[in-house]
Amino acid sequence: MKEKKNLIKNPSFQAILTSLICIVLGLFIGFIVLLLINPAGAGEAIKTILINFMSRSSSIARMKALGNTLAKSAPLLMCALSICFCYKVGLFNIGAPGQYEAGACIGLYAALAWHCNWVVCLILAAIAGAIVGAVSGALKAYRNVNEVISGIMLNWIILYTTNMILAKVKDPTSPYTIKLSTGNKSALIPTAGLNTLFSNNKSVTLAIPFAILFAILIWVILSKTKFGYELRATGFNKEAAKYAGMKEKQNIIITLAIGGALAGIGAAFLFLTGYQEWSTTQSSVPAMGFNGIAATFLGGLHPIGTIFASFFIQSITDGGALINKSIYPSQISDLISAIIIYLCGFVLFFKFAINNWIGKRDKGGPNVNDVPVKDDAAKAEGGDK
Amino acid sequence: MDTPYAIEMVNITKRFPGIIANDNITLQLRKGEIHALLGENGAGKSTLMSVLFGLYQAEEGVIKKDGKEVKINNPNDANDLGIGMVHQHFKLVQCFTVLENIILGVESTKNGVLQMEEARKKVKALSEKYGLQVDPDAKIEDITVGMQQRTEILKMLFRDNEILIFDEPTAVLTPQEIEELMQIMRNLRAEGKSILFITHKLNEIKAVADRVTVLRRGKYIGTVDVATTSKEEMSRMMVGRDVNMVVDKAPAHPGKTILKVENMTVASKMHANNAVKNVSFEVHEGEIVCIAGIDGNGQTEFVYGLTGMEPLVDGKITLCDEDITRWSIRQRSKLLSHIPEDRHKHGLVLDYPLEYNMVLQRYYQPEFTSKAGFLKRPEIRAYSERLEAEHDVRSGQGSITIARAMSGGNQQKAIIAREIDKDHKLLVAVQPTRGLDVGAIEGVHRNLIKERDNGRAVLLISLELEEVMNVPDRILVMYEGEIVGELDPKKTTVEELGLYMAGAKRNVTVNANTSEIEHSEVVDTAAGRKEEK
Repeated sequence: MKEKKNLIKNPSFQAILTSLICIVLGLFIGFIVLLLINPAGAGEAIKTILINFMSRSSSIARMKALGNTLAKSAPLLMCALSICFCYKVGLFNIGAPGQYEAGACIGLYAALAWHCNWVVCLILAAIAGAIVGAVSGALKAYRNVNEVISGIMLNWIILYTTNMILAKVKDPTSPYTIKLSTGNKSALIPTAGLNTLFSNNKSVTLAIPFAILFAILIWVILSKTKFGYELRATGFNKEAAKYAGMKEKQNIIITLAIGGALAGIGAAFLFLTGYQEWSTTQSSVPAMGFNGIAATFLGGLHPIGTIFASFFIQSITDGGALINKSIYPSQISDLISAIIIYLCGFVLFFKFAINNWIGKRDKGGPNVNDVPVKDDAAKAEGGDK
Repeated sequence: MDTPYAIEMVNITKRFPGIIANDNITLQLRKGEIHALLGENGAGKSTLMSVLFGLYQAEEGVIKKDGKEVKINNPNDANDLGIGMVHQHFKLVQCFTVLENIILGVESTKNGVLQMEEARKKVKALSEKYGLQVDPDAKIEDITVGMQQRTEILKMLFRDNEILIFDEPTAVLTPQEIEELMQIMRNLRAEGKSILFITHKLNEIKAVADRVTVLRRGKYIGTVDVATTSKEEMSRMMVGRDVNMVVDKAPAHPGKTILKVENMTVASKMHANNAVKNVSFEVHEGEIVCIAGIDGNGQTEFVYGLTGMEPLVDGKITLCDEDITRWSIRQRSKLLSHIPEDRHKHGLVLDYPLEYNMVLQRYYQPEFTSKAGFLKRPEIRAYSERLEAEHDVRSGQGSITIARAMSGGNQQKAIIAREIDKDHKLLVAVQPTRGLDVGAIEGVHRNLIKERDNGRAVLLISLELEEVMNVPDRILVMYEGEIVGELDPKKTTVEELGLYMAGAKRNVTVNANTSEIEHSEVVDTAAGRKEEK
């Protein structure tokens, strides 16, 4: 009994448990929606969403589909890391899509117009994202402009700027940018043989292991270094950071710049694999950055957790695309994955509910020293974003 | 039963997760008496009052009014029963007039139009009856704290409340205003109102209360007659042991000048004026200098200017013969330790474990960070454990306890340990005993005196009169951003100190050096004093 109680109090266990609750609940509500539209195919459809690539008939096709999901998980993971990193410093980087767009813009332009190789493109994409992030950061630090507002506005500004710039390197017959395989092969991220594991899927590149390495790197920076100590202190309590002589304004800008760089690299990890081209007529902010928010929360706000969460979210998104379109309208896949992703945002709510429940169960047992003073508790409740 | 009780709380028990805030507490308020509720911070006074107001429901026990059991489920029920409260932090709308605040919530209207005249008459009658002087048309933001408090009292009387609760009403007042309040309370008692007076100041209980109920750590200790009980006995009931009320210290031996502040001026965040105006003084090694004053007279901004958290508008700061006026917070922290006013806002990262908070001022030093930028966790742990042991910092899980989960006293001990252990020549301690219980206060004072005896300069900023009179070797009084007086705690009285704090007296002219003391009575400007927050 005692051990069980301790397990449920363990923060990592709680994080995993709440994430699982969200997933189950999201699938359940998605299932109900499917039932409402057409009961006949609901069971089959939800199964397709869940197993995604496994629903393919041959093992070759399965591995190819898995490769595609992985290839798209890598940029999603980078966006999630961008948001996770900023969140740990108390900043909500909803500007990640804009930073992602900037990365795509400069990454692709460098590849197609300047014929740079992939390493240079990657670095330029990171710098572009970092600059966009730093703009939000500087506005926040020096003018106290909420990073959410400046981030959302930048998302649109950068979107149309990107369309404009990339129109110069687009394919004359379509709205898409020129394929890297014809335009500049050296800008493609090397596959390093990884493609052979996934039925020769050329989209499977070094980007995938790199993204995982970035996740580990971010975790190490945040939890083991002096830099991470400062950033997290700033995130928890800006005033205390200032009191301790940390340069809290500078830290805000650096944080958003790093977040921007991560999102920018994320874009490069998608567009430099040749999986997809940028459509210069697109009029909506890419979903990748926003899905990163869901992956961050589903991953328990932990860099390592976001690795798995990113893969899961990408997997159900891809799985949704495989639903039988003769039974369900084509929008259904987006709708179902949106419901699940939406529910993922409830992670913090469930965490709160679990702790509340533990608190109620543990009442009694007088220990004055262990109880925070009343106004503390109030602050703790109000402080969470 | 000689007098029927106005309100009785019988055997009240209220639990919170992990704590019994009220353990079988009985409080009986007689009609027409002033009944004090005495206890340290965390003794359960606020919880008990919240139960009476219907903010919390007690698990056990009953509340009786005039002998009949009543249910109080929310504050409206309490109002209906004629219970009113003056909160420690006033609940007034700053940009409304006194009259508008008084009628707020019980306005009478005719066809949707406010009927102010009737209310004005009633307020006027009430203020004459009880000697509560207010200007009904003055805006709250323009009037003194004392007058704001009188507005709060009128609010209760306007609602015909019979049971009046005063929650720590003297914390924000000058000694003179406190005396006025005591008189008002006596007037109210004479008119048959029953008053519950929450406090931890024994002098005030002695001055006005008839009986006192003492709580300690959530438990009921007893109810005694004030007239036949000595202050020492009450103190013992409150703390559970004998408390040394006088601070033991040897005479100071001030040495060379450590801190020299010249013409310091700091801007205010609240208004266009400067919060600190032309302040000049010195602090020497081996002495404790206290800046006394009522809350909101520029002390906070002065400390921000001194520690580098806000830039100076004008002036010069010299610390250990170095001009630090333009130094960053980090540079200053090499010579200066700072126990901040607000330990939650500045002193601690509440979500960090204790060990991380212990190195908050030193984490970047080679002792705790490797050349590659990695934290040396074992060294941090060992350092934290040493400080915890030396300063008796108690916590649930030792070094890994999240600071938020520690009690206020232990949080403060951790900050003091951190600041004292670090290299420094000057210790700036801002209200270091705020919110601490009597036992912990003693410990803090001992630490300050030890610092002094170790040859450091100590600058104490305090609002507590007892602390101001007992701890420092020299008192500087700050009023509206200026140093208006320099006093010797051994030669001055609380009354005199009060006059300086209220701006009614000053012995230092604006630009004077602290050593040239000029005695000059200044016109009473107390009425013009504004609460700046």
